[in-house]
Amino acid sequence: MIEARDLHKTFGPKTVLAGIDLSVAQGESLCVIGQSGTGKSVLLKCILGLVPPDRGEVLWQGRPLDRATRPDFLRRFGMLFQGGALFDSLTVWQNVAFRLRQRMADANARAIAIDKLRRVGLAPETADLMPAELSGGMAKRVGLARAIADDPQIIFFDEPTTGLDPIRARRINQLIRGIVRETGATAITITHDMASVRAIGDRVAMLQDGRIAWQGAASAMDAAPELAEFLGKTPA
Amino acid sequence: MNPIRLTGRAALRLMRGIGAVALFAGRGLVRLRPFYPRAFATQLVQIGWLSLPVVGLTALFTGAALALQIHSGGARFQASDVVPAIVAIGMVRELGPVLGGLMVAARVASSIAAEIGTMRVTEQIDALVTLSTDPVRWLVTPRLWAATLTVPLLVAVGDSIGIMGGWLVGTQSLGFNSTAYLANSWAYLEGWDVLSGLVKGAAFGLIVATSGCWFGMRSGRGAEGVGQATKAAVVAAAVGILAANFILTGLFFE
Repeated sequence: MIEARDLHKTFGPKTVLAGIDLSVAQGESLCVIGQSGTGKSVLLKCILGLVPPDRGEVLWQGRPLDRATRPDFLRRFGMLFQGGALFDSLTVWQNVAFRLRQRMADANARAIAIDKLRRVGLAPETADLMPAELSGGMAKRVGLARAIADDPQIIFFDEPTTGLDPIRARRINQLIRGIVRETGATAITITHDMASVRAIGDRVAMLQDGRIAWQGAASAMDAAPELAEFLGKTPA
Repeated sequence: MNPIRLTGRAALRLMRGIGAVALFAGRGLVRLRPFYPRAFATQLVQIGWLSLPVVGLTALFTGAALALQIHSGGARFQASDVVPAIVAIGMVRELGPVLGGLMVAARVASSIAAEIGTMRVTEQIDALVTLSTDPVRWLVTPRLWAATLTVPLLVAVGDSIGIMGGWLVGTQSLGFNSTAYLANSWAYLEGWDVLSGLVKGAAFGLIVATSGCWFGMRSGRGAEGVGQATKAAVVAAAVGILAANFILTGLFFE
């Protein structure tokens, strides 16, 4: 359903992506792992068109993602950003219902937003708070509620558990797993948290030096020598 | 390196920069669909209404000081009576728009650059894109139009307050008759004097908002990046206002 072909990206002298080939089938949950600075977030932004690749292309349903097809893609898309990326000037419900408010009355949009907030474990009273009043974990949940507000078919998660304590991280992983399974959405998760990978991923791709160093089923991770160091195992 | 080549390169870089900013402002002004009325109304309040105190106070003290200066300078050639007319003309043609514009630049360009810069650093602008919303339409267009429409109104209010500042000093300290002062203020004022000041105000409003949005959208990462964007926005807006004032004054009155 989503396919990256031969993606290259350099920033000045630094090559971040050096020919990435990757595909995600419809309804599949792919986790992209790798050390910090290996280009995981750049890959996500290249797929989204937020950062134009120097070479290569991204296909969605067999068609190149370009100016003509990207609006349609984005309409079916939701994303949880690393820091939540909530709009400071809007309340929680206005953040969650941001896209909905552009096509329906506020009362209806608010009702859907509150329903989504409940779905991620937040009380309706949260709806009228401002983002500055939320804890890190709550902001992530609100970001998650915004990502799923319009029932997307494709969801990207950028470092969903970064900055959270283990208990909140586990809860976020459970929520993501539940949402992805429930909605049947295609998911791409960027993370270096192996607990997230085990909880969320069907398949795993490891980025190293701008290339895919290994990819396979999440269940095959432990047996992959390429991942031994990353998983904290002593190389044989 | 050859100094002529260096100068040429700097001039080309400057022209490229001005061209890029002009295209950015043009895109911001024409991308009206979809129009976001709530964002526009918020900016009308932020840029227009909330700038009123600072613009009013600036105009009040400027008009008052101008009256004192003209009275004192005019006394050297027995022309103290021209205080009302010169305060009025000076305020509406020059000081009202320029000082009002500079005060708005200090308050608004910095605030826009800091807000948009922070949004960029915290991925809020990326989030807008993923929510199928064009950041230019959502962030830039409402600010450009709000500043272009409200700064002339601020200038008009500032002009009136400035003239009243001169009147206050003239009647309370310089011995002018109140009715005669006001009559003389209006007698020498022409419609074009006022209108030219308002047109300048619109141009300065556009410069202020463009500067804030441009530097905010290009803010570097982190607090330092946002700080530099804010500083650059205010400096560029202030220099832009003074340069545009020179050009517009030449066009209108020469």
